[in-house]
Amino acid sequence: MSAPNIATKSDPVPSSQNRASHAQSGPIRRFLNATELDTRMLGMIAALALVWVGFHIFSGGVFITPRNLWNLSVQTSSTAVMATGMVLIIVTRNIDLSVGSVLGVLGMIMGVMQAEILPQFIGFGSPLMWILSLAIGLAAGAAIGALHGVIIAYLRVPAFIVTLGGYLAWRGAAWWVTTGRTVAPMDQAFALMGGGTYGAIGSTASWVVAAFVCAVIVWGLYSGRKQRRRFNFPLRPIWAEVTLGVLACAATLAAVWVANSYEWPSRVAARYAQANNIPIPEGGLFIAHGIAVPVLIMLGVAVLMTFISMRTRFGRYVFAMGGNPEAAELAGINTRRVTVMIFTIMGMLCAVSGAITTARLNAATNAAGTYDEMFVIAAAVIGGTSFNGGVGTVAGAVLGALVMQSLKSGMVLMGVDTPLQNIVVGIVLVVAVWLDTLYRQRAK
Amino acid sequence: MLEKATPLVELQHIKLAFGGIHAVDDVSIDLYPGEVVGIVGHNGAGKSCLIKVLSGAYQRDEGKILIEGKEATINNPRDAKAYGIETIYQTLAVADNVDAAANLFLGRELKTGWGTLDDVAMEAETRKIMGRLNPNFERFKTPVVALSGGQRQSVAIARAIYFNARILIMDEPTAALGPQETQQVGELIRQLKADGIGIFLISHDIHDVFDLSDRVAVMKNGRMVGTARTEDVTKDEVLGMIILGKCPPAAVPGPGAIVDA
Ligand SMILES: Nc1ncnc2c1ncn2[C@@H]1O[C@H](COP(=O)(O)OP(=O)(O)OP(=O)(O)O)[C@@H](O)[C@H]1O
Ligand SMILES: [Mg+2]
Repeated sequence: MSAPNIATKSDPVPSSQNRASHAQSGPIRRFLNATELDTRMLGMIAALALVWVGFHIFSGGVFITPRNLWNLSVQTSSTAVMATGMVLIIVTRNIDLSVGSVLGVLGMIMGVMQAEILPQFIGFGSPLMWILSLAIGLAAGAAIGALHGVIIAYLRVPAFIVTLGGYLAWRGAAWWVTTGRTVAPMDQAFALMGGGTYGAIGSTASWVVAAFVCAVIVWGLYSGRKQRRRFNFPLRPIWAEVTLGVLACAATLAAVWVANSYEWPSRVAARYAQANNIPIPEGGLFIAHGIAVPVLIMLGVAVLMTFISMRTRFGRYVFAMGGNPEAAELAGINTRRVTVMIFTIMGMLCAVSGAITTARLNAATNAAGTYDEMFVIAAAVIGGTSFNGGVGTVAGAVLGALVMQSLKSGMVLMGVDTPLQNIVVGIVLVVAVWLDTLYRQRAK
Repeated sequence: MLEKATPLVELQHIKLAFGGIHAVDDVSIDLYPGEVVGIVGHNGAGKSCLIKVLSGAYQRDEGKILIEGKEATINNPRDAKAYGIETIYQTLAVADNVDAAANLFLGRELKTGWGTLDDVAMEAETRKIMGRLNPNFERFKTPVVALSGGQRQSVAIARAIYFNARILIMDEPTAALGPQETQQVGELIRQLKADGIGIFLISHDIHDVFDLSDRVAVMKNGRMVGTARTEDVTKDEVLGMIILGKCPPAAVPGPGAIVDA
């Protein structure tokens, strides 16, 4: 009976019980082991920090400012929303080249609805206007996505071809809606979805959101721990849990603090004060923007998509299919139905992004979303979604979108010409995927 | 005594062709509750294709499938599972990028009261069953792509036996297993048999087949050479069936048997 004991003592593989205490190597490694943080994700955050600091220095200190970061967050939303859906598509070894064109046609549909068709029935300025327009956009997006999905799953036409066709066809359809005429302006409530001075929720509501998010973080850590204890699984050390909680809450509060430091333009604030009979104090009235509405929408979508991909059967099937579609089919999963659902979701996300884009421009144009498919795919891939299938995260894609947008905005800020911008973004995409390939090889 | 009951499964005159290749040609075979039927034959004889027709992975071109005497509709793996047919495929067919628990419960996930995946409960169940099957198994959090061949096979076996199958199909279940794990699977087969489960066992190990099966069925070039009770024939006679297609007197000849001149 002593033999197994000897064997365990010399066993170099940490058993699950002492995995946390095992690593004798450096404090960083110990920290990462104990917190079970994803090193890949940390690497991305580090890369993002590098990009930000770099641009800050080279742009003469105008990059890391509340104003620029706030604008960056708004500009990222549309791409990030679609990137969360692109993750599921690429994870199942499909691709969607049509998202930019679908965004275009849906933007036109929603624009025409609120500017020309719905007013005949409910009158301009009706509070129902934005709800109905968005609902119609979502329904149309779902129908377009489902159509793509059915052709891919049941008629067995490769996704690349179907969505390449969609790329051309839907861009044409966007033109067809009004034979190329731009539709403007949008409904006032609808326009809030695009951000802008009024399209943000203000300082108090932003702090409430922050408090809520922090509460959810703490609750999530606590309930996860309770659940693992119930089944006697190995637990993270307490200090690691606390560190995680503090870091996550601090990041949340910092982001909201930045949004709340960006004030309304003084003229707008003065007009607002006059209209509401607020006395203007010495040195001007400070009204904070707070979190922008499109950013809030994007965060909501990201949370929902994370939930769908990690905590539902559908999400589990998506990842199982990506690793080995044949095995998923043999396990009894209706892979065709799952494929149709994935593309339907993508279509609906195009509608959300279409609403954000249209609202931001305060106009529906048939060129909206041009080149978006490239940025959306790039965001997902930079965020760690693998073209080999089965691997990818929603959070990574959102970060990827932020990295892409940071590069673009930073170069605009520095006055880099558009052609050079495209060259840089193209090179960064290839290098990022190459680095990721290296990382994965070493991780194996 | 077994022969009097209704067979659990009857495959009648099954045909399956890929282009011009007759992978399965007019094969009939049956299986009784609590019985192990070994299916043997050379490489490419059509064993895997035959059982894939039963498991719903392939759609047959001709023939009938009866479950407990009633004609069954099996057009996909979901249909087969609904009849209580579980399969361990030769190619293992595991989902590479998810972990052992996710594979075990794939398609039949446990849910919490909120309707979300209950990963912790699934991991707990997986730890239990793997403890029985492969006590050395430790890597519950790793995607199965990173597991060894034998570990993957353990996962595939666990998945097939966990859900109270009535009919179990095992295509080379021990091909990648070490001696201890192979022995454990042997024990497992005896135990399942005692529970009244019918098992089709495909194996190239003639000793294993004689050890575990009540009957043996021999296929050659897509056709059935014959079936025999393992106690009525010798290993050499079965080898003769496999290699030459010659049916000994104690066996029931099938359409693929060579008639002695
Ligand atoms: N998907 C397929 N497409 C075309 N031909 C196939 C396919 N699957 C099997 N075959 C052919 O059908 C025949 C029977 O194959 P099967 O896999 O059933 O053999 P097997 O008896 O299981 O052999 P092994 O002992 O090597 O596993 C072979 O000639 C094979 O080439
Ligand atoms: Mg085979």
